[in-house]
Amino acid sequence: MSTTHVISSRRPVGESGGRIVRYTLSERVHHWLGALFYIYCLITGLAFWSPYMYWLAAIVGGGPTARFWHPWFGLAFTVSMVWMYKMWDRDMRITEPDRRWSKAMEYYVKNEDEKLPPVGRFNYGQKLFFWLMLYGVILLVISGLGLWFVESIPWSLRWLRYIAVTVHVIAALATIGGFIIHVYMSTAMVRGGFAAMVRGEVSAIWAKTHHRLWYEQVTKDTRDSAQGR
Amino acid sequence: MSQSTLAIRRISAHAGAAPGENVERDELVCKLIDTTTCIGCKACEVACLEWNGYTFTETVFDNSYQTMPETTWNYWNLIKFNEHEREDGSITLLMRKDQCMHCADPGCLAACPADGAIVQYTNGIVDFQQQNCIGCGYCVSGCPFDIPKFNPTTKKMFKCTLCVDRVSEGLEPACIKSCPTGCLHFGTKDDMKDLAETRAKQLRENYGIEKAGVYDPAGVNGTGVIYVLHDITNPEAYGGLPKNPHVPWVVRIWKGPAKWIGNLAMLGGLLGVTLHYLRYGPKEIDAEKHEGEKP
Repeated sequence: MSTTHVISSRRPVGESGGRIVRYTLSERVHHWLGALFYIYCLITGLAFWSPYMYWLAAIVGGGPTARFWHPWFGLAFTVSMVWMYKMWDRDMRITEPDRRWSKAMEYYVKNEDEKLPPVGRFNYGQKLFFWLMLYGVILLVISGLGLWFVESIPWSLRWLRYIAVTVHVIAALATIGGFIIHVYMSTAMVRGGFAAMVRGEVSAIWAKTHHRLWYEQVTKDTRDSAQGR
Repeated sequence: MSQSTLAIRRISAHAGAAPGENVERDELVCKLIDTTTCIGCKACEVACLEWNGYTFTETVFDNSYQTMPETTWNYWNLIKFNEHEREDGSITLLMRKDQCMHCADPGCLAACPADGAIVQYTNGIVDFQQQNCIGCGYCVSGCPFDIPKFNPTTKKMFKCTLCVDRVSEGLEPACIKSCPTGCLHFGTKDDMKDLAETRAKQLRENYGIEKAGVYDPAGVNGTGVIYVLHDITNPEAYGGLPKNPHVPWVVRIWKGPAKWIGNLAMLGGLLGVTLHYLRYGPKEIDAEKHEGEKP
């Protein structure tokens, strides 16, 4: 979205400590709505997954309440993922710089970022997480409907019931894996990432360090518009 | 139901042991249904409704004697009527009283995620405890006989209780009480097995029904409801009684190894990111390095 790439009017980028808008209000609202729906499904889903985690249902109102809302929150998360797809589809496509970056990902893990090729608005890992959640939610919602309306699947087609269970479990575990890494990286590992998703802004240095191609694009756009091109 | 008078052998989704887990009771209870003497009068269906306090609801006529296509959440006992062509071309009507089979190895209980929603008493009765049921329907996937049914109003699952409230007071189940031909029997599993085998032998030797036999499927470690069938080689003819019922292997994996693999994977993920943080720490931007740099 072109509106994203706007320099904050508060302080121009050239000054030290200049801020760049990384996520618009709309992007942040949708991200956090999605987070709310996903975390609700995660807590209730884990409660149904294991007897040793059934107590988790108590913190969201008990087993029957958890069971009642889980599919509805799942549908809400699906809608929110579709929305995020509409917002970020173009930004999330894997590009040539991403492929170069992915080959050097080892340096990213080791915090040797100076050895990494520059990337755009999102790096390869962020993009993978996005596609994992998108395809994950598609599988979850289809198999989830099978679990929700299990009695509507006729006895003669009961193999569909078993497939629904299998797919739901595998897709859920895959998204949980992505979710753990996502939360870790955005809160603990990449300093400034969490604040960016809350307040929407990053420092120019942050942008330059982590997403140089995006930074160059944004500053170029701003200069161009300032000069009326 | 009357949980207080019976010890419990197994509890669904229970983190820990069941109070009666290691209790070896001498007597398992068992219902014997002799399909060769059933006349399809449906007295058992009425008795079941009467005892359990349900009223009859409207149903559909589909050119069959059968009351409705399947058991429902408030209709736990249904005689299935099936026209069957014998080898000589003549037609017979097979009638089988369908209800919960009270498996020794209950798939519903294995699949259930709600602590205490399904229990198995030490006398073998498998019973739903609606106060603990969350209405998820996992038991529907776990059952090899398509028995648990959902009440959409209360969002709870229901099925035959083997009249656990009567049995625990020393009475026989309501359906047994009502049977006019004596095709239904109730007693200990051993006695019922003996009686069933005797009847099957009688059918084979005295009546020339060579394939007569006893249905007590080993795939679920035997059932608390056993049948005498005219043709033990073709139970499917009796309204889809499965030949070799067992808890679906998907349910077994889901509730067994998948649980541990999944839990270890999730734990591994948490451990992995923690170790990463300890080893490499956060990505901090070195402010000094960038000082004075033109962005």
